[in-house]
Amino acid sequence: MARKLLLEHINVPGINTLDVYRQKGGYRAVEKALKTLSPEEVVEEVKKSGLRGRGGAGFPTGMKWSFLAKPEGVARYLVCNADESEPGTFKDRYLMTYIPHALIEGMIVSSFALGANTSYIYVRGEMMPQIRILEKAIAEAKAAGFLGQNILGTGYNLELYVQPGGGAYICGEETALLESLEGKRGNPRIKPPFPAIAGLYGCPTVVNNVESIAAVVPIINDGGDEYAKIGIGRSTGTKLISASGNLVRPGVYEIELGLPVEEFIYSDEWCGGIANGKRLKATVAGGSSVPVLPANLTLKLANGEPRLMSYESLSEGGFATGTMMGSGGFIAFDEDQCIVRNTWNFSRFYHHESCGQCSPCREGTGWMEKVLHRLEYGHGKMSDIDLLVDVSKKIEGNTICPLGDAAAWPVASAIRHFRDEFEWHVKEPVKSLDTNYGLANYAEPIAKAEVTTGN
Amino acid sequence: MSDKVKVTIDGITVEVAPGTTILNAARQIGGDIVPPAMCYYSKLEGSGGKCRTCIVKVSKGSEKDPRPMPKLVASCRTTVMDGMEVQNITSPEVIEARSGVVEMLLINHPLDCPVCDQAGECDLQNLGYEHGLQKTRYEFERRTFERIDIGDKIQLHMNRCILCYRCVFTADQITNKRVHGILNRGDHSEISTYIQTAVDNDFSGNVIDVCPVGALTDRTFRFRNRVWFTKPIDAHRDCPTCSGKVTLWYKGEEVLRVTARKDIYGEVEEFICNTCRFDKKQTSDWVIEHPTHISDASVIASNHYETLKPLPVIQNNPQLQQANKVELEKTTKF
Repeated sequence: MARKLLLEHINVPGINTLDVYRQKGGYRAVEKALKTLSPEEVVEEVKKSGLRGRGGAGFPTGMKWSFLAKPEGVARYLVCNADESEPGTFKDRYLMTYIPHALIEGMIVSSFALGANTSYIYVRGEMMPQIRILEKAIAEAKAAGFLGQNILGTGYNLELYVQPGGGAYICGEETALLESLEGKRGNPRIKPPFPAIAGLYGCPTVVNNVESIAAVVPIINDGGDEYAKIGIGRSTGTKLISASGNLVRPGVYEIELGLPVEEFIYSDEWCGGIANGKRLKATVAGGSSVPVLPANLTLKLANGEPRLMSYESLSEGGFATGTMMGSGGFIAFDEDQCIVRNTWNFSRFYHHESCGQCSPCREGTGWMEKVLHRLEYGHGKMSDIDLLVDVSKKIEGNTICPLGDAAAWPVASAIRHFRDEFEWHVKEPVKSLDTNYGLANYAEPIAKAEVTTGN
Repeated sequence: MSDKVKVTIDGITVEVAPGTTILNAARQIGGDIVPPAMCYYSKLEGSGGKCRTCIVKVSKGSEKDPRPMPKLVASCRTTVMDGMEVQNITSPEVIEARSGVVEMLLINHPLDCPVCDQAGECDLQNLGYEHGLQKTRYEFERRTFERIDIGDKIQLHMNRCILCYRCVFTADQITNKRVHGILNRGDHSEISTYIQTAVDNDFSGNVIDVCPVGALTDRTFRFRNRVWFTKPIDAHRDCPTCSGKVTLWYKGEEVLRVTARKDIYGEVEEFICNTCRFDKKQTSDWVIEHPTHISDASVIASNHYETLKPLPVIQNNPQLQQANKVELEKTTKF
């Protein structure tokens, strides 16, 4: 059984209440940090742990904290990004539902490290039950003296607020989140200045994912060095993976980074293989924004070595043969799934969620969605495939925030790896409406020729 | 340390004050190396960064950190660093990306220039002429909206809007109580006023001048004439609310419309009040100064007699001449 840090006590009845959480060793990190460590030492521990942001970009959390500007007499804020709305990702919701105190404990320690006296948890609007759960947990923590004035007699004050969002995907982008938190329209800001210099209300702000903040708790309990021993290379620690799609046992799993992808999909300890005895066709490894990969490239790198669940191994080979860790939304497609339809579905999502601020994303996402709709419903043309590649290139990298890239990557990668399926949709417009292209050669071992081009 | 920073744009070095944006540094050089800007407006605080037409390549970050920037950046919102090297028209990557942005701006634009009041003085028309494709690759229905009257003097036609947010910033800047903003999200976004409230302000007419396309038009001028048949004349009057410095647009002896004076980048010099703009349409209201200078490239200049010459920067720089060959031939063929 692999080591669990975040979900160790997830099956203990009543772990969502403060008493049970305390019995299982909860709030030790708060006591340790506030009573024995200085804020700088906490930051140092997180740096040593090598913890990387769990929200998608994978930026080292300790480094992000050390960039925070600390001008005299200006408030600093910690904002927790719980606006989890990426298709395929549901790990933060799970964490907040079943073990809310892990997040609150992490928030207290992180706020202490950053010197923030007011912190916010920005929760996506659709997650109303989780908002209630968090508010109840905050009330419990406050009654027990872990929040409010003079916490544990150390003289440190912290107020923690839960802010419901309006349910927009774009508000998961950190500057759009801050705009929304300030009560404005959730449009991403133009960077620089970065939030570490001028964030919420123009004050230095750190925005972290729910899981990153919760991971601070085991780091402080066991020490950063201990945490860094788990995992592989620069991908340290454990990661929550929300596995969905055609798997025998979809769900939220805590894995040690470095687990082989093949083991994760097929081992009985994890997802237990593909449902209904079918074969794997493709995967999206880190939430809808990351490039989709065919089965052969999911399980093996281009040079034939097994692919691991880690930041480096998943992105091995760049966009030609690799993908990204993203936020850990692992979606598996079996042989009967249609990649064209799935790509259209993703692009429909990005079209709907684009904020409309900058032109390439506003117009381009809608354009891609319409072309993909045409392909899926049998009105496509051969030239549409190259048109999609071209449009995705025109969007990628030319937008204010990463939503443009996130919209472009799935389309570009689907055509890169599944071009023959797109072509089949054009050639067989009637047949493709009720039949699926099937597995083709996507699960076959990688050919020798690809090894040389892949490197 | 000197208080000026050096920046090189397309091989031309200029010294500017720290905190200047790349776009403004380029404007200090002038000529064709100035990136086009559809949403940035120097008079409006916070504008820019949205249309992405002004993207440039930073090939050297600064003297201290010479790494190039990983992505193309919006020149209107990126400040210069000492020793920065920027490529605009000399970078094929930038030209390619810019034509992509222009294509995106045009796919939902109605392209009804023959019946649009803005034709002849439209920034998007100029941009499309320089960077656009000859034909569209977009084969779907374009989005359409109903026309809305914002008060009795201004009409909003969202079909043509490119969502540059300039009018929103104008409304923000001139009024205390904002009733003008963006509704909806993504490509359904529309400029609107709060439940059709008229923008009730002495300076509301300026939203017409800042609009780069024909989305906000002057109802007192709509369909009265084409701009290239009118003669712009600079004039002023003693106005108690604004500077009173305007451009009068004549057809024969009749003043068809009044606008603020615009500089070579299409930005107004000073905002004017609604009284000057909509109510003073007699020659006797004004003190005439001189004919307005109109750029050679503008269709409005067709009846004006000014010396035609290629832009000074281009004239003596072989590298830029090469990079800008097509444009140069267009300008010099007269």
